[in-house]
Amino acid sequence: MPKPLSPGLVRELWAIVGRDAVLDQPEDLLVYEYDAYLDRAVPDVVVQPVNAEQIVRVVRLAASEGLAVTPRGGATGLSGGVVPIFGGIMVDFARMHHILEVDVANRAALVEPGLFNLDLSTAVAPLGLYYAPDPSSQKASTIGGNIAENAGGPHCLASGMTTNHIRGVELVTRDGELVQLGGRAADAPGYDLVGLVVGSEGTFGIVTKAWVRLLPIPLRTVTFLALFQTVDAAGAAVSSIIGQGIVPSALELIDGPSAAALERAFKVGYPPEIGAVLLIDVAGLAEAVAEEAALVGKLCEAAPGALGLRYAATAAEREGLWKARKGALAALALIAPNYYLCDGVVPRSKLAQVLRRVAAIGAEWEVLVTCVAHVGDGNLHPLIAFDVNEPGILPRVEGAHDEIIRACVDAGGTITGEHGVGIEKRKYMPWIFAPADLDRMARVRAAFDPSGRFNPGKVLPTEAEAGTTDPSESVPLRVGVSAGLDPERWV
Amino acid sequence: MPHCPTFRELRVETESPRGRLHLMRALGEGRVETTERFVRHMTLCLDCRACEAACPSGVQFGKLMAATRAEIQARRAVSPSERLLRWLVFDQLFPHPGRLALLGWVLRIYQRSGLQRLARAVGSWHPVGARSPRPHREGAETAPLRRLIEAERLLPRISSRFFAPKGVVRPRAPVRRRVAFFAGCIMRIAFGETNRATVRVLARNGCAVALPERQVCCGALHVHAGEREGAKRLARRNIAAFEASGAEAVVVNAAGCGAVLKEYGELLARDRLWAERARAFSARVRDLSELLAELPLDPPRVRMSARATYQDACHLVHAQRIRQQPRTVLGAIPGLELVEMADADRCCGSAGTYNLTEPELAARFGAQKADDIVATDAEIVVSANPGCLIQLAAHLRQRGAPTRAVHLADLLDAAYRAERS
Repeated sequence: MPKPLSPGLVRELWAIVGRDAVLDQPEDLLVYEYDAYLDRAVPDVVVQPVNAEQIVRVVRLAASEGLAVTPRGGATGLSGGVVPIFGGIMVDFARMHHILEVDVANRAALVEPGLFNLDLSTAVAPLGLYYAPDPSSQKASTIGGNIAENAGGPHCLASGMTTNHIRGVELVTRDGELVQLGGRAADAPGYDLVGLVVGSEGTFGIVTKAWVRLLPIPLRTVTFLALFQTVDAAGAAVSSIIGQGIVPSALELIDGPSAAALERAFKVGYPPEIGAVLLIDVAGLAEAVAEEAALVGKLCEAAPGALGLRYAATAAEREGLWKARKGALAALALIAPNYYLCDGVVPRSKLAQVLRRVAAIGAEWEVLVTCVAHVGDGNLHPLIAFDVNEPGILPRVEGAHDEIIRACVDAGGTITGEHGVGIEKRKYMPWIFAPADLDRMARVRAAFDPSGRFNPGKVLPTEAEAGTTDPSESVPLRVGVSAGLDPERWV
Repeated sequence: MPHCPTFRELRVETESPRGRLHLMRALGEGRVETTERFVRHMTLCLDCRACEAACPSGVQFGKLMAATRAEIQARRAVSPSERLLRWLVFDQLFPHPGRLALLGWVLRIYQRSGLQRLARAVGSWHPVGARSPRPHREGAETAPLRRLIEAERLLPRISSRFFAPKGVVRPRAPVRRRVAFFAGCIMRIAFGETNRATVRVLARNGCAVALPERQVCCGALHVHAGEREGAKRLARRNIAAFEASGAEAVVVNAAGCGAVLKEYGELLARDRLWAERARAFSARVRDLSELLAELPLDPPRVRMSARATYQDACHLVHAQRIRQQPRTVLGAIPGLELVEMADADRCCGSAGTYNLTEPELAARFGAQKADDIVATDAEIVVSANPGCLIQLAAHLRQRGAPTRAVHLADLLDAAYRAERS
């Protein structure tokens, strides 16, 4: 069970970060209990450091008290990664949001973890550069949080996930040491520990600075919509595009119900009662772009059930189409007040087949399932829309979610594409990893943090979930009320 | 989150829209009480509604905040002196145009007689204390004397001639539209000339302008202070006054008033006798820029060679979603060069009475805004709300910038007057 805070702890934290930067009153702590997942838990105390030295001292203090330490970025995560289920000290990065250096020649920037993703791209745009990973939450999610989750985004199809864009990190270890992994240059010699840290969900250490890779803004981008009668038809078009060896810079699928909601929220000009929309970006050098866009367009039109193409004529129209796509999760509040987003991934060759299966699962469990998918990556993002106040709805939502994930795994896919495991998908880990695999992961984690007090209760399944002990002996977690997923909190 | 001025400044979740919504819900669920800290988090909100305009889920933050503030008022043990003050201000002063005019008259004497200069000289000796870097951490509210000095500093120059609505002003040209003008309460005594300019601009654009005599304060201050019953009483009086005018549109030149007038339909939604009338009234309300863009504007026939920038009033851009129309109108003035400042739609810190209740934070927003304005090199900053204009002028003056803060109506009126010379 969580240990109560020792009475002097708050004073010691004051001495480290200053009195202004310690939050310990109930009204203040309450708003640090959530991310965009269901479970809630209030931390014992929140600190808002301004530099790595303060974090080192906080971590040493936490170690001596045996307290959990949970780092927090924008708290937009969908898997409960930042929910402090063992209480303890939350290290909030809201005051560490600065760009420390931009190295134009080497196309890199040194940033603090609390920087909002989009603020980085906005700041370096005048230099002709941008930061490629673009999760839909990018206005409000931080580089630090993106590193923890190895975040993706629509444009990761061509440019890769967060892990492909982090060159180095400064990390506070459990014993309170500050270590430098990787660096400004592209290929650091030795073990790729940066690769280990990216996606470790805050369980290995606390990142206090990161060298990120920047890319030149493409000279030309063509954005267009391909319209289809059915999701199947859109799936077939995606298969033929990928089958030709073409990788557009983004390839997104929006199915009928989602298209209707987006149209209501953003008025982007999707036709009414459309079966599916593909949102496609082709970017690069001017001539190559024209050629590739024409070819992708032709492949879309050739699919049975194709209803034509619509090109964004101006930069403003292009931004409008993407604004709608990135606001999709929030806009779906117009369908139903709550949603549960499945992050299942399938091999692209199985897209159409699994999409049909997903629709069937929705029908079986009598829940509305709609997809806004990074379809080019095979990341389906089926979304179960529901109203938490409907009696008996939650078991059906969870049942449908389990089956959708199972369908992805059965098709040779996996349980999460980009949202992290967090609390949510621990129980699915044994579905794709053998006990020996999980054991190896646990040992790597122990190498970084033998105490297991960095963001405890995340990623690795509990013994009960792994099925190695009696399932009734579950780990005592400090989970708060589950008030349902709130799209409105996802600002 | 990035849209919220208080989060950007203070960097704590409780001072963000997501955090505030969570606290409001927690209050509903009985997980928190209206403690001093809770109230502090709610009063620090500018109510600028930038979050609402940015929210694809359509969360109506403004309404939730108004309901929360009303709930706070309902649960709070109000001291007798505060109750007296609230009664004086909200029941005895604002609903009565005559009494407001009397107050305006007293203030005018204060300003013109040399008393103000004396008071400011004395005030400048008073040690008001250093500004705290993180005001939300302070337990105590700002000292009353400090507030008084701040309020005095922001006191606008009272108009030489108040504006008293009466009769109908007809255009020289054939009538294009029949409108009625909403004169406001503070607007009448502090911006009397702006009101007259608005009427002239409307008439110049072919509007017959009715000036219903029985209209009163819009009730915006009541709504923001959680005094909903007082606001409803004012709403009913205004609806009756404007119905009698028979105008197609009710034109407002103050963004804060316009936003509330457009919400009368919701304010009185549960009032069986008034709900329908309130909805019809709200549907007719137009901001001056909205109406002029709709007409469209008959551009002034003279060139006005100046560099201008436009500050979005929160209650225009976020609450009423009017972003393009004022820019369209400004763009139609020959010779006027319109340059955008950074973050034109970020709150200037005026926010109703925020600069009186939270002077320190308001001053930080105001100073930042002044910097952004100065960076454009504009000679004029245009806005469409009295509170914003007072705040902008005060901070530009403080910074020693020559930029003038001007209401859209005054700028247009000056251009039309130049036609005749």
